[in-house]
Amino acid sequence: MNAHAPHTAEQFDDAAQQRDAATLGMWAFLATEVLFFGVLFAAYTVCRVIWPDAFASASRHTDLTLGGLETAILLTSSFTVALAVRDVQLGGRRLATGLLCGTAVLGLVFLAIHGFEYYHDYKAAVIPGIRYEEVGGFAAQERLFFFLYYVTTGFHALHVSVGVVVLLTMALRTHRAAFGPGYHTPLEVSALYWHLVDIVWIFVFPLYYQVGRA
Amino acid sequence: MLPAEQAAPSYLTDGNTLRSWLATHDHKRIAILYAVSITFFFFLGGIAAALIRLELATPAGDLMSADTYNKTFTFHGVVMVWFFLIPSIPNTLGNFLLPIMIGARDVAFPRLNLFSWYLYVAGGIFTVACLLLGGVDTGWTFYTPFSTMFSNSNVMLTVVGVFIVGFSSILTGLNFIVTIHTMRTTGMTWFRLPLFVWSMYGVSLVMLLATPVLAMTLALIAAERLLGVGIFDPALGGDPLLFQHFFWFYSHPAVYIMVLPAMGVVSELITAGVRRRIFGYRFMVYSIIGIAVIGFLVWGHHMFVAGQSMYASIVFSILSFIIAVPSAIKVFNWTATLYKGDIAFGAPMIYALGFVGLFMLGGLTGLFLAATALDVNLTDTYFVVAHFHYIMVGGSVMAYLGGIHFWWPKITGRMFSEAWARFAAILMFLGFNLTFFPQFLAGAEGMPRRYHQYPAEYGLLNILSSAGAVLLAASYLLPIGYFLWSLRFGERAGNDPWGAEGLEWTTSSPPPTHNFEAPPVVTEGPYAYTHP
Repeated sequence: MNAHAPHTAEQFDDAAQQRDAATLGMWAFLATEVLFFGVLFAAYTVCRVIWPDAFASASRHTDLTLGGLETAILLTSSFTVALAVRDVQLGGRRLATGLLCGTAVLGLVFLAIHGFEYYHDYKAAVIPGIRYEEVGGFAAQERLFFFLYYVTTGFHALHVSVGVVVLLTMALRTHRAAFGPGYHTPLEVSALYWHLVDIVWIFVFPLYYQVGRA
Repeated sequence: MLPAEQAAPSYLTDGNTLRSWLATHDHKRIAILYAVSITFFFFLGGIAAALIRLELATPAGDLMSADTYNKTFTFHGVVMVWFFLIPSIPNTLGNFLLPIMIGARDVAFPRLNLFSWYLYVAGGIFTVACLLLGGVDTGWTFYTPFSTMFSNSNVMLTVVGVFIVGFSSILTGLNFIVTIHTMRTTGMTWFRLPLFVWSMYGVSLVMLLATPVLAMTLALIAAERLLGVGIFDPALGGDPLLFQHFFWFYSHPAVYIMVLPAMGVVSELITAGVRRRIFGYRFMVYSIIGIAVIGFLVWGHHMFVAGQSMYASIVFSILSFIIAVPSAIKVFNWTATLYKGDIAFGAPMIYALGFVGLFMLGGLTGLFLAATALDVNLTDTYFVVAHFHYIMVGGSVMAYLGGIHFWWPKITGRMFSEAWARFAAILMFLGFNLTFFPQFLAGAEGMPRRYHQYPAEYGLLNILSSAGAVLLAASYLLPIGYFLWSLRFGERAGNDPWGAEGLEWTTSSPPPTHNFEAPPVVTEGPYAYTHP
């Protein structure tokens, strides 16, 4: 067999081919993720069209301040992970490790705030199937809103959690100098994944926190 | 074959321990793992089919209760669709051949490939356990609100099993797309790809983009049952049509997951059997892509009587007629390839010709059902059952078996008994038609599907159908016999026993672990047979 570079798996001819495969693979995976969340957004749209008033009143239960804070945190974290990739491309290591850890911390803060929101909802008894007390004229239909809210934010939080683990792994590998200007594909595709987590939230936030609030 | 080439160990002899199989990264060994496991599920689903035909042999519901019957056809549908048909050609022949056909050493992500087999097996065992212990009575379509609210059967765990196997499908599609994009050898341009590779590309697009929708929809069903919420339940404010839209958004393209690979296989079988270039190669490519893309836009023809808007029905009806065009192009091009050719009627060719005939009948009856007015009469009758069995069993299973026969010498290095294989192929064609053609007639006369008893006037047609099922079962068991026989006693196959073109026939049979001694260089298009 050909002489292989240390980072190139045996099925590939060279590092460039491996890099192309990994990048395309991640983009294809992100396409499936978009469809995955797409079902939830479609379900939201249909239910909202059927029950506009119930969805408007239910969306007032969400906390706009906390939601806005979460959005700011995720957007910032996308920025820090992009900086980390850039730093590694330019040969950096310590700054990149710090930025990756910082991104993971921002992810954890996001999860903590979300957990606080869930706790709040539990007290307000608006979690279908777990603690739900029907109040007001639209309560039965509001339940659909909260169901979709929990499924969507729950799946999103799952993605954030996976992302935090991935980011910490990448931070460790960066710290151990596994990446450099010549080889940083895993870091790059992990950052792509983290951007998806961010982008999904950019759709979740207006749909569940903002629309129909006034 | 040079003695030096014989010395290179084949993928089959490269490690003999159980571990060397279960932890393999070799796409060829993973293909074998899939072949063994899908055969297991095929016979499981087949047993359920046999029970159904046995019950329907008499008009009275005498073998099983209505409830057991519901669970039996649900078992048959779930197992056959998700654990046999969807993975059949892509995960066995596709896994084995795709890297070889493009001159690669392996797929792009070998570990992911193995992981998807484990997902498949885990999902399979889990689902079958749920279906046997308690069972599910919703049919394979899991229609709401019956499945979310009323059915007292094992719906929740079963959909979790199907959810798991969906990821196996997604990861396979992802792997194939990346492999075809990035792993082609020197000179293997896009328009030099064999049509089988193109069909794998088309099917991977569908797997990648349709399966997540099914997965999420099934997750919602499970969550609805768990939490008592109903976005698909009208009594709780939800919309049952929404479920059907989501479900068929996956499940109609899923038909193309089953039939596109079959078309790819048949293109290889026909060109090799008549030793000619395929007629209209580029049109064949465009029609594969056309079917894959338009296949996403026709799902509403499953919902003509479900209460969707009339205008939506008209649009879906027109689109369903349009998708018949690329399908017809393929049938015409196969026929033109065969026209005035010197056809060798080996077993693979008999299967391929069987596919073309049965696919055509299945496709044409699909047009009946795509017509909104006619569909009102035919929907939920045996006409529908016959139609989709012509596509899935007459089409996909015939092509799968034809492909297994054609590449058997390459996969195992041994020749099977040609006489027995031809006999089985012809028996399958006859048994299939005897089983399913009467169902067209029964359906046209109004016999509804999914009942365990029926009025006596449908008796004759059902007896014929059950008798055909016996022949069909025999024709599925026969290959097991002569294939196993060939493993030990079969003549050794050379590199290219059929005199076929294609990179897979240039390497040894069975191929070495890395497929080729040296990476091949491609200088011309596929099917470079000497005849024009």
